[in-house]
Amino acid sequence: MCLVEVEKTPKLQVGCTLPVAEGMVVRTDSAVVKEARKGTLEFLLTNHPLDCPVCDKGGECELQDMVFRYGAAESRFTERKLHVDEKQWSPVVYFDAPRCILCYRCVRICNEGMGVGALGVSDRGVISEIIPNHYDHLECDECGACIDICPVGALTSGIYRYQTRPWEMNHVGTICTHCADGCRTTLGVRNEKIIRGNNRDRSGINGEFLCIKGRYAFDFAAHPDRLQSPMIRQTGGFEPVSWSKALEVIAGRFQNVKARGGKFGIIGSNHTTNEENFFLAKLARQGLGTQNVDHHRTGDLATFFDALSGRKEALATTGDLYTAKAVLVVGSDLAQQHPLLSYQVRANFRHHNAHIYTVTIGPVREDHQSAGAVRVERGGEVAGAWSLREKLKAETSLVIVFGDAIQGDGLRKLVAFGDSLGIPVKYVCLVDYSNSRGAFDMGVIPRNGGMSREQMLAAADLDVLWVIGANPLKNAALASEDAFVVVQDLFMTETARRADVLLPAASAYEKSGTVTNVCGEVQKLKAAIKVMGAKADLEIFGLIAKEMGLNLGIWLPDRVFEEIRKSVHGYNVPLPVVATGGAAPTAPLNGHVAMLPGAIQSACDTLFTSGSLSRYSNILNSVMEAPGAVYAGEKRAGGQ
Amino acid sequence: MIFSAPLEEKFARMLAQYPPGRQRSAVVPMLIYAQDEVGSITKELIEEVARRCGVTPLQVDEVVGYYSMLHRKPIGKYHVQVCTNISCQLVGGEELYEHAKRKLGIGHREVTRDGRFSLEEVECIGACSWAPAVEINYDFHHQVTAEKLDQLLDNLPDSDHQGAANK
Repeated sequence: MCLVEVEKTPKLQVGCTLPVAEGMVVRTDSAVVKEARKGTLEFLLTNHPLDCPVCDKGGECELQDMVFRYGAAESRFTERKLHVDEKQWSPVVYFDAPRCILCYRCVRICNEGMGVGALGVSDRGVISEIIPNHYDHLECDECGACIDICPVGALTSGIYRYQTRPWEMNHVGTICTHCADGCRTTLGVRNEKIIRGNNRDRSGINGEFLCIKGRYAFDFAAHPDRLQSPMIRQTGGFEPVSWSKALEVIAGRFQNVKARGGKFGIIGSNHTTNEENFFLAKLARQGLGTQNVDHHRTGDLATFFDALSGRKEALATTGDLYTAKAVLVVGSDLAQQHPLLSYQVRANFRHHNAHIYTVTIGPVREDHQSAGAVRVERGGEVAGAWSLREKLKAETSLVIVFGDAIQGDGLRKLVAFGDSLGIPVKYVCLVDYSNSRGAFDMGVIPRNGGMSREQMLAAADLDVLWVIGANPLKNAALASEDAFVVVQDLFMTETARRADVLLPAASAYEKSGTVTNVCGEVQKLKAAIKVMGAKADLEIFGLIAKEMGLNLGIWLPDRVFEEIRKSVHGYNVPLPVVATGGAAPTAPLNGHVAMLPGAIQSACDTLFTSGSLSRYSNILNSVMEAPGAVYAGEKRAGGQ
Repeated sequence: MIFSAPLEEKFARMLAQYPPGRQRSAVVPMLIYAQDEVGSITKELIEEVARRCGVTPLQVDEVVGYYSMLHRKPIGKYHVQVCTNISCQLVGGEELYEHAKRKLGIGHREVTRDGRFSLEEVECIGACSWAPAVEINYDFHHQVTAEKLDQLLDNLPDSDHQGAANK
């Protein structure tokens, strides 16, 4: 299809492999070229079924577009078309061989892009087919990149197939709500239902990349177990009540506890927006007069910001992982826990021959590109990094990416190690969820003597426990039996079951606002759907504040974001960048950061788990767990 | 999977002759020599070659699917390959192939019940100057006629075994 006419060359040339030369005159649209393309299309169509009316790709099919453009309506091919039945390779991937034009894009993206290599090509000639790595099924990341890159309808997804036509959907570009990498995903929405996710315009920090969570795990939003009405616990169980009744009860109790100087405990979320976290922190400190605010912390950001305070250019962006000359991964299985960062590192290796180093407790995917892979016992990570010192000193620049194995003193030692190399070093402190970073930056942390999450749960005299989008009671008990528990969540989690008042919250796909990814880049969420009964957490905070008669300002996302830009250090990001869907880097490296009480533990999610959300994602539960997630076995206390 | 000592030695030499990181170049020769020893390309063999060459089993599988000289099922002790491409066809290649089918009682890529013979209609084997040509295991036979083929097949020694390439 890429045949072009080159002046002074007798035959048409293959555009994609022809090197550019001085004085070359290339025609891409001449009559000869068009005729050649028409011929190629006629050939491609010899075995391609003309089932466009039922094919999922119809409307956005590259082959269809080409035929429409160049015309190959008549075929000289009178033989029978070779038919092969469609195959299902996994819950995600379906393959219809006759539609395949054998462009090998899927094989290449799986191999080169994902580093998985789960697809191959069998046989040759007319019977040649794409094959999965286990003959009749796939064992892979289930990322769907092959489906996305397929120019025809040969590879289709179990989630989207036969659901709708591309032109019948609204396409809403937002940020994936699962891990902390902050991939942009475009949600295809019809009738208030998300039907597919992809990154069709290749925008955002992730370009063409999305993992299974960003592409398919939006299904939790439509799960039948979604909470749709506020509920108050009675002796016989939960009883649905109106929003006004629920808010009245909460505000009344909060007022009462505040008035008698009682003890509040507030546990915020890793998934709510910056605006929500900011407003919650303000509501807690100014409204309720408590410092007991925390969230499930998954990376030691306090020590991180303290150790790097005052430095410029010390925080790596997602883009830096693609351009750095060298990358050191410490204590993390990136391919499992941070698929986008892993993809960036792989692409960097492939395009720029970057040197990748790993210090992990077991084999990780990055080892394949590694210029130095060190295996350590848990706790030996910093020493492991030191063993690479001579090699790293020879590099010209370095990005160090580290997981929760590095915290406290270990983190300071790692930064000292970075300093000792004598080369520019940037860092990424890995955190787990879509706005883990934002929750910290917005102050949902126990500053000024406040209680940590663990301390709140352990305090026998706690009067109020207010949990927003978190599940702290999954692995822990609440010591205070009399505590009044308010929970805002999407589902009836272990924590929600203990609630006295339960409020149905909107998911990230149902609200506006901003989130900050693992590299500290702020991106904008755009509401894709509405869910009946649920409210965005920001609105809930605002209504509680109003009910309590507090004046904390207007709780519209844009207005709160304005406030964040003015008052949170490092967040004075250019508005146009965020407003147009870009990723604006933040740099909250501002002097001494006080150390916080409480534990820091990654939940050690894998590619196919995502905290509580994954319990309600049918697709994540249906895929086969691929072996090899080094840190996945670590089911530790405190995960949500 | 462990091969015979001479073959192991051969593989070691082979892997060393390619520059570091290019060991995948050895996939095709390893497969063909291992096939001679093992009898066919088994799943275990695919995995072993993949491991030794640093590629995925799937990538070795692709190669096996592509090359017609690599067989997933055991072939006969004598693999009779009759060329029916243009040069051979012009001087009776097709008739020769038909004769071979009748003589052995088997068709394309089939094996006789006793496992002594297998037959394959092959594409050009590069012996056009001496067409029609037949290849039995690794030995070429030129200007073959029906009578000559009968004679050839009848007089193959019992003790010979395939894997002439290993000699």
